[in-house]
Amino acid sequence: MSRQQIAVIDYGMGNLHSVASALQHVCDADIAVTSDHHIVKRADRVIFPGVGAIRDCMAEIRRLGFDILVKQEIASGKPVLAICVGMQALMQHSEENGGVEGLAHFDGTVDSFSGNGVFKTASLHAKAHEGVQLKVPHMGWNNVAQTQDHALWRGIADNSRFYFVHSYFVAPSNSLIEAGRCSYGVEFTASIAQANVFATQFHPEKSHKVGLRLLQNFAKWRCE
Amino acid sequence: MSLAKRIIPCLDVDKGRVVKGVQFVDIRDAGDPVEVARRYNDEGADELTFLDITASHEDRDTTVHTVEQIAAQVFIPLTVGGGIRELKDIRTMLNAGADKVSINSAAVKNPEFVRQASEKFGAQCIVVAIDARKVSGDHEPARWEIFTHGGRKPTGIDAVEWAAKMAAYGAGEILLTSMDCDGTKNGFDIELTRAVSDVVSIPVIASGGVGNLDHLADGVEHAGADAVLAASIFHFGEYTVREAKEHMQMRGIEVRL
Repeated sequence: MSRQQIAVIDYGMGNLHSVASALQHVCDADIAVTSDHHIVKRADRVIFPGVGAIRDCMAEIRRLGFDILVKQEIASGKPVLAICVGMQALMQHSEENGGVEGLAHFDGTVDSFSGNGVFKTASLHAKAHEGVQLKVPHMGWNNVAQTQDHALWRGIADNSRFYFVHSYFVAPSNSLIEAGRCSYGVEFTASIAQANVFATQFHPEKSHKVGLRLLQNFAKWRCE
Repeated sequence: MSLAKRIIPCLDVDKGRVVKGVQFVDIRDAGDPVEVARRYNDEGADELTFLDITASHEDRDTTVHTVEQIAAQVFIPLTVGGGIRELKDIRTMLNAGADKVSINSAAVKNPEFVRQASEKFGAQCIVVAIDARKVSGDHEPARWEIFTHGGRKPTGIDAVEWAAKMAAYGAGEILLTSMDCDGTKNGFDIELTRAVSDVVSIPVIASGGVGNLDHLADGVEHAGADAVLAASIFHFGEYTVREAKEHMQMRGIEVRL
C-alpha cells in the first residue's frame, strides 16, 4: 500500500509550513503544501487553512479557482480539515472588511467580537471589576468544550486549551453542526463538524500536544 | 474557564547563540537556541519570542536557519524580531516558520510600515515592540519615551501615545519593554505597563525586569498585562516555566497547565 497523501491548500496567505511540519511530526504521510489543483484532487485528505484578512483570502481563493476546488473536494467525500480563516471562508458571509461573501458550504455568518452586544457588555464588566477590558484579537489559549462526540476529539480531554488568534467568529445557523464551544466575553463556535468536514477556529498546529493529537486523529479519520 | 494569561520565554540570539545582557551590556551565553526552545516547549511555554540581536547582515542567514529548525520542532506560536525592516523581511521569517514578527526601530522610522505589514500579512502576525524609558522627574506626571538602538537612542516620542497609534495602525499586539527595568531583576515597570494596557484594546506583553515569580504575577494582576515575557530567570535554571505557571495559578491567575 502506498503512503497516504495530505494536501495543504496554499493560496499565498500566511505560514503554512507549521501546518505541514506539525502533520509531518505526527503521521507517516506525504504532505504537500500546494496550489496545484491536480495534487489536491489526488490527495487522500485535504487541509484548508487561512490566516489574515478574509477579503484578501477570499480574493486569492477565487482567483486561483479554489472556491470551486474546495467545494468539489468536500463533495468527493474525502476528509477535509478547515482551519481559522479556512473555516470562516466556508460560511455564507463575513462582517469583516465591510462585508465579504464566503463559499456558503455552511449556513451562517462570521461576526466580530467588537460589534457583539454580549461581548461589549462583558468587556465593560471586566474593565469595571478587573480593571482591564477584553482585548481583541482573542489571542492565546482558551478552553474548548466538546459539544459533539467526534473521532477528531479522541484522546483529547474535554475543555482542553487550544491556541486562538482571531477577531471574528463563526455563527452557524444550525447549532447541531457545532463540535466545540469556547467562551470569550461571548460564547462562540470553536469548531464545526459535519459529514467529512471538520473545522476549527483555533490553530491545532500551534496548540502543542492537544493540537498535534487532533492532527494525528485527522490523519487517521475514516468518515464513511 | 477563560482565556489564559500567557508566559513567553524570550531568546535573545546573537550569532546563533542565546545570550542575555544586563541592561544590554555584559552578555552571558545561555546556549543553543534550538535546544533552549525545545526545553521551553516541553515545560509548557505558551509562546516563544526569538529576538535576533545580531547586528551584521551576513549573520541573518543563520537566524533564518535557526528559526526553521525551531519551527520544525516546536508547535506553539513563535514570534521573531530584530532587523525586520521591509515587507520582504516579514515574508522571509513567516516562510521560515515564524507565526508573528516583532517590529521595533522600523516602525519608529516609518509608522506606515506597520500599516502596510498589517494589511499584507494580517494584524495577527504584527507585534510592535516598544522600548521605553521614564523621562519625567520625581515630582512630575509620569512620562515615558521611546528609545531605539538597544535603548541608546532617544526619539522624543511619548510611549503611551505611540502604543495607541501603533494599535490604530494595525498592530495585533504590543511587546512593551521597560529599558529602566530590563536586566535589573526588580520587576516590571507596573506604572508604564498599566498606562499602555489602559489605552490600547489589543493584547499587551509586559517585558523587562523579571527577577522572581511574583514579578510575573504582578505584571498580570497590577499592570493588566495579557502576557508576560522573561528571559534570564528561565535561561539560567532559576525557575522552570512550569513553576512559573503554578505560582501564577496560586496567585489566582488563569494559566494553561
